[in-house]
Amino acid sequence: MTLELLIQSASWVLLVVGSVFVVIGAVGLLRMPDIYTRLHAASLIETLGAGCLLLGLMLQAGATLVTLKLVAIFLLFLFTAPVATHAVAQAALHQDIQPRLAEDRRTQVDAPPEREGA
Amino acid sequence: MRTLSLGLVLFAFWLALSGHYTPFLISVGGVCVVFCLWIAQRMQVLDPEGHPIGMLPGTLTYYPWLAFEILKSSLAVAKIILAPSLPISPTMTTVTARQKTPVGIATFGNSITLTPSTLTTGISGNEITIHALTREAANDVQSARMNSRVTQFEGRT
Repeated sequence: MTLELLIQSASWVLLVVGSVFVVIGAVGLLRMPDIYTRLHAASLIETLGAGCLLLGLMLQAGATLVTLKLVAIFLLFLFTAPVATHAVAQAALHQDIQPRLAEDRRTQVDAPPEREGA
Repeated sequence: MRTLSLGLVLFAFWLALSGHYTPFLISVGGVCVVFCLWIAQRMQVLDPEGHPIGMLPGTLTYYPWLAFEILKSSLAVAKIILAPSLPISPTMTTVTARQKTPVGIATFGNSITLTPSTLTTGISGNEITIHALTREAANDVQSARMNSRVTQFEGRT
């Protein structure tokens, strides 16, 4: 009974924290000045937001196959989210959308970003 | 050997997702696994890059470390978003990846992007271009803490 209560509380704390981070990320999306800084706010949603929500749901599901599927979803997120973010950022750079920078430490600014691979 | 390990992983994945353990469905799973292995063989993607199973032990220590890094920088970004003055100082910089294999460099690039205050915008050879939300985040990537950690993770294979 107490263990049940403990798991339920932990689960709901995680669900609420995850939701709060999703909301903060959404606020960040609106507040940030340009596409690159907005991506940082978006990655808050897909890492900590989605991570906490999935962990909370895993505690709800307990030791079942549903938990295994949630783990699979989490791993999928872990590999696809950065690739999507990277693709958006690189597409923006290819379109010559200049980031608003406070400081630029790149070694060769004029060279267009190379395609990934090789 | 690699074919066998990919087969085992695929079959475990089938069992986890199916949930119906009748002889018919399990044998259908077996047929699907063999078919996928045949395709992988034909496409010649069964190499250390396509199926880096040797990196599995390393992930046990690397992922918790990365999760902690993500947590730290997430809290920093959340603080910035909620601060009324929005104290950002976007910085772009380049870092030289110390990893030797393409999988290692991709892991480093993805780890940078996964941490909320930094993102990889381009990779050419060993040079990774980075956009950071603040000067501090850019300094952190350049300080090579994550760089050497990924190299260590890569080296264990």
